[in-house]
Amino acid sequence: MTEPAASEPKVPLWEVFIRARNGLAHKHVGSLHAADATLALQAARDLYTRRGEGLSIWVVPSAAITASDPAEKGMMFEPTASKVYRHPTFYEIPDEVGHM
Amino acid sequence: MYTQGLNQGPDAADRRIEDAALLQRFQERIDAEERIEPNDWMPEAYRRTLVRQISQHAHSEIIGMQPEGNWITRAPSLRRKAALLAKVQDECGHGLYLYAAAETLGVAREEMVEQLLAGKAKYSSIFNYPTLTWADIGAIGWLVDGAAIMNQIPLCRCSYGPYARAMIRVCKEESFHQRQGYEIMLTLCRGNGAQKEMAQDALNRWWWPCLMMFGPPDAASQHTDTSTRWKIKRFTNDELRQKFIDATVPQAHFLGLTVPDPDLRFDEATGHWAHGAIDWEEFRQVVAGNGPCNAQRMERRRRTEEDGAWVRDAARAFAEKEKSRHRAAA
Repeated sequence: MTEPAASEPKVPLWEVFIRARNGLAHKHVGSLHAADATLALQAARDLYTRRGEGLSIWVVPSAAITASDPAEKGMMFEPTASKVYRHPTFYEIPDEVGHM
Repeated sequence: MYTQGLNQGPDAADRRIEDAALLQRFQERIDAEERIEPNDWMPEAYRRTLVRQISQHAHSEIIGMQPEGNWITRAPSLRRKAALLAKVQDECGHGLYLYAAAETLGVAREEMVEQLLAGKAKYSSIFNYPTLTWADIGAIGWLVDGAAIMNQIPLCRCSYGPYARAMIRVCKEESFHQRQGYEIMLTLCRGNGAQKEMAQDALNRWWWPCLMMFGPPDAASQHTDTSTRWKIKRFTNDELRQKFIDATVPQAHFLGLTVPDPDLRFDEATGHWAHGAIDWEEFRQVVAGNGPCNAQRMERRRRTEEDGAWVRDAARAFAEKEKSRHRAAA
């Protein structure tokens, strides 16, 4: 990564989350640059909701997000694959019992 | 979000063997149609290719606002004006989605903009042609956006996740662009003689530059091989160009217009429209910076960047002031 030659300082990056309608969770839709939270919210409205995509917007400074390392996804998530007894289909119930 | 610096490689001694293994695993993931995400390991050439392609794509959207912006104040009705404004605003949005996608690869937006302003980055050759009449707005929507859609639909399945996701969004929005353009052409073609002539003139001027949008013929394209292997590209330039011609020629006929290619004919054997020779020298000239509007587009873009400096300064100063107020209150 090389630093830009620009003399202007960089404008912070924000992550945008939108709730499409009530009853749904806010979902990540993309990112944008803005000087502060108010401008980030306005830019998010202009950039990501031009066609009625949402009822509510969250903006979060990208730097505030801690992400897991994809290189360690084995260590993070692999153990769950061996725990089949966490799924309902692991248990045998006779058909006569009916739906359970 | 996509924190950098997670991909610290092993010691130099092990690197070459490690790289070969990584490269093989990378290709297997691509072959299995898995998406590559920002922090996944990727060959440097894959990263470079994507940064180049996505930033050029972003620059094209941004520069592409100029030829159409030229007609906003002169749109023939409020309906047309509202649609054109919305379309130009969409182009800006598309540019921003794309810059954001490129940034996930570790390049700052400021850096990409800097390269564009310094004349070191390319954008689509098509935006270096002038919009002389209102019919050009119709022709751009119908043909230029039509060609862009043809190019972008396969990119929705591009191996790089953030690029593919940006393309899905762009394609959804782009279909209105093409329809509004075709509607303008249809209205002109159903109008009086002078209006129909204006539509024909626009088609005459935009047809060949649109065919050039797909890039050099396959035999001469330098990027196709690796891009295809890495599933950045799913069709060759010539394949996409042919798809575009096959889709567009009947649309021109419906308008009652003549495609300005005397060699154009339907080939019964292949089921495709065969076209005449493309003037690749013109394409080379435009890409090299000698098109009709290259200088004007760059001058306008630089001036806009300069004119907007005070807004960015003010926003930054205000953000700083709020932050220090917040600190003082705490």
